[in-house]
Amino acid sequence: MAHVQTGRTRDPKKGLTEPTAIRWLLTATALGFLFLFLAVPLIAVFTEAFRLGWQGYLSAVTEPDAMAALRLTLTAAIIAVPANLIFGVAAAWAIGKFQFRGKQLLITLIDLPFAVSPVISGMVFVLLFGRQGYLGPWLTDHDIRIVFAVPGIVLATIFVSFPFVAREIIPVMEATGSQEEEAARVLGAGGFQTFLRVTLPNIKWGLLYGVILCNARAMGEFGAVSVVSGHIRGLTNTLPLHVEILYNEYQFQAAFAVASLLAFLALVTLVLKTVVEYRTKQVNVDVGN
Amino acid sequence: MKRVARRSVLPGFRLTLGFTLFYLCLIVLLPLLTLPARTATMGWSAMWATIGDPRVVASYKLSVGAALAAAAINALFGLVVAWVLARYQFPGKRVVDAFIDLPFALPTAVAGITLTTLYAPNGWLGAPLERMGIKVAFTPLGITIALVFIGLPFVVRTLQPVIEDLDVEIEEAATSLGATRGQVLTRIILPYLYPAWLTGFALAFARAVGEYGSVVFISGNMPMRTEISPLLIITKLEQYDYAGATAIAVVMLLISFSLLLTVNALQGWSSRKLAQ
Repeated sequence: MAHVQTGRTRDPKKGLTEPTAIRWLLTATALGFLFLFLAVPLIAVFTEAFRLGWQGYLSAVTEPDAMAALRLTLTAAIIAVPANLIFGVAAAWAIGKFQFRGKQLLITLIDLPFAVSPVISGMVFVLLFGRQGYLGPWLTDHDIRIVFAVPGIVLATIFVSFPFVAREIIPVMEATGSQEEEAARVLGAGGFQTFLRVTLPNIKWGLLYGVILCNARAMGEFGAVSVVSGHIRGLTNTLPLHVEILYNEYQFQAAFAVASLLAFLALVTLVLKTVVEYRTKQVNVDVGN
Repeated sequence: MKRVARRSVLPGFRLTLGFTLFYLCLIVLLPLLTLPARTATMGWSAMWATIGDPRVVASYKLSVGAALAAAAINALFGLVVAWVLARYQFPGKRVVDAFIDLPFALPTAVAGITLTTLYAPNGWLGAPLERMGIKVAFTPLGITIALVFIGLPFVVRTLQPVIEDLDVEIEEAATSLGATRGQVLTRIILPYLYPAWLTGFALAFARAVGEYGSVVFISGNMPMRTEISPLLIITKLEQYDYAGATAIAVVMLLISFSLLLTVNALQGWSSRKLAQ
C-alpha cells in the first residue's frame, strides 16, 4: 500500500479545525483504539515469550524442530522473494514502458492472489498435485512429492507473496514514463545498461518497499502453507506452523518464544518500511522543488 | 500520450511480457483454474448438496457476519485514526503512524495465539470482561475482534492520503461564508471522503471473509457455532473430500470477486469525484 504523502503541515487556524475539546477527544479515541488493538497484543507476545526467563526462551528457539522450521521458512523466502522480484521487474517493464491491449486486465490478474483466501491459495495446489489431484497419479508414478513436502510449501509461498513487488513498481514505472530510457538508447546505451543505469535508480525505493512487504508475507504466511504442509515436524514445518503445533500441545511459553521471533521480524519490517517511505518522500520533495 | 502505433526504441517488450504471462499462468492462473474444473465435473446437485448443508450455511453466515461487523468497527475507528493522523499534531505521531501497518507485518498465526491468550477467560483482557459477563474467546465476538485486528490498516491507509490531499481552501471559503465547523464537516468533508471510506470498508471486509490464521485459534471451532468457512475447507480437504472443499471455496471466491469488482467501481467513482 504505497502512497506518496504530501508532507504539508498546516496551522490549526481558528474555524478551520475542531474545538480543542473535540480534538482531544478524537485523538484520545484514536490512540486508545490503537493501544488496545495493536500495542497490547505486541506487548503480550514478548511478555508471554519470556515468562520462564531467558533459559526457557533460548531452549525453545534453539530446539532442533524450531531450527528446522526456521531453516524451512528462510528457504521458502529465499526462493519466493527473488522469483517474485524478477517477475515484478519484468511485469513493470512491460506494463510501464509499453502500450498494449489488455493491460488493465493484466494488472487486475496480478492482484488476484490478494483476493483469494489463504486457505484456497493452498488448496489449489492440493487439487493440482495432491494424491487425488489432477497430476497426482503421474507424480506418484514418478515418485515426486510436491504436496506435503517442501516444493508445495515453496509454491504456496510464491503464490501468496506474488503481487507485492509488481504492484509497488508498476505505478512508479508508469509515472516516470520512458523518455529517459529512450534518450539513453538513442545516445547508444545497450538495453541492459539502460535498465541498470537509468531505470533502476528511479525504481529502487519502490523495489525495496515491495521486497520488504513480499518477504514479510513469505516468512509469515500461515493459511496457505498450512494446507500444503502436512505438518511433519522437522521436515515440512515453517515457523508459523511450528508456533501452531507448540500452542496446540499447550507448550504456550515455547509457542510465544518462537512467535516472538516472527514478531521481531514484523518490527524490523515496519522500521525498514518507514525508512523507505521517508526516503521516497524526500526524493519526491527534491523532484518537486 | 497515445503511442500505440509507434514502435518503441526500448527493448525487451516481447521478453518481459512473455515472461510475465508465463509466470502468471504457471503460478496463479493454472492453479486457480482447478477450482472451476473441479466444479464442472461435480454436477449441480452434488454442488448444492454441499453448499446447502446446514453446517456450511452456518459457516458462511458466521464468516460474512463477523467480517461485516469487523469492517464496520474498522470503518468507524479507522476514520477517526486517519483524521487524527492526517490533521493533528501530537508527540510520537510518526511512531504511531508506522505502527498502523503492524497487522500487515505480523504473521497471522502470531496474532491468533496472542489474541486468544489476551481474551481467554484468564487473560489480561478476558478476565475483566469475564467478570462483566462478556465472553470473548471461543465466541463470534472473539472472531470479530481478530478480524478487526487484521483489517485495521485498510480503512486508515485508504482514507489518510485522501484527507491529506483535501484542499483547505474549500474549507476556508465555506468558513468565511459563515458555515460552522459542523456544516463544513458534514456538507463538504465527509461527502468527499465517502468513496475512499467505502473502498477501505470493502477491502477490510474482503480480507476478513477469507481470513484463517488469526481466527482459527480464538474461534474454538465448534460446528454450527464458531466454525468459519476457511476452516471447513481444510476439514473437507483432510477427509479427501476435494469436491466438497471446492464447492465451499467457489462460493467464497464469488463473494471475494464481487467485492473486488465493487472496489474497482468505487475507485473509478472516487477518482472521477477527485477530478471534479
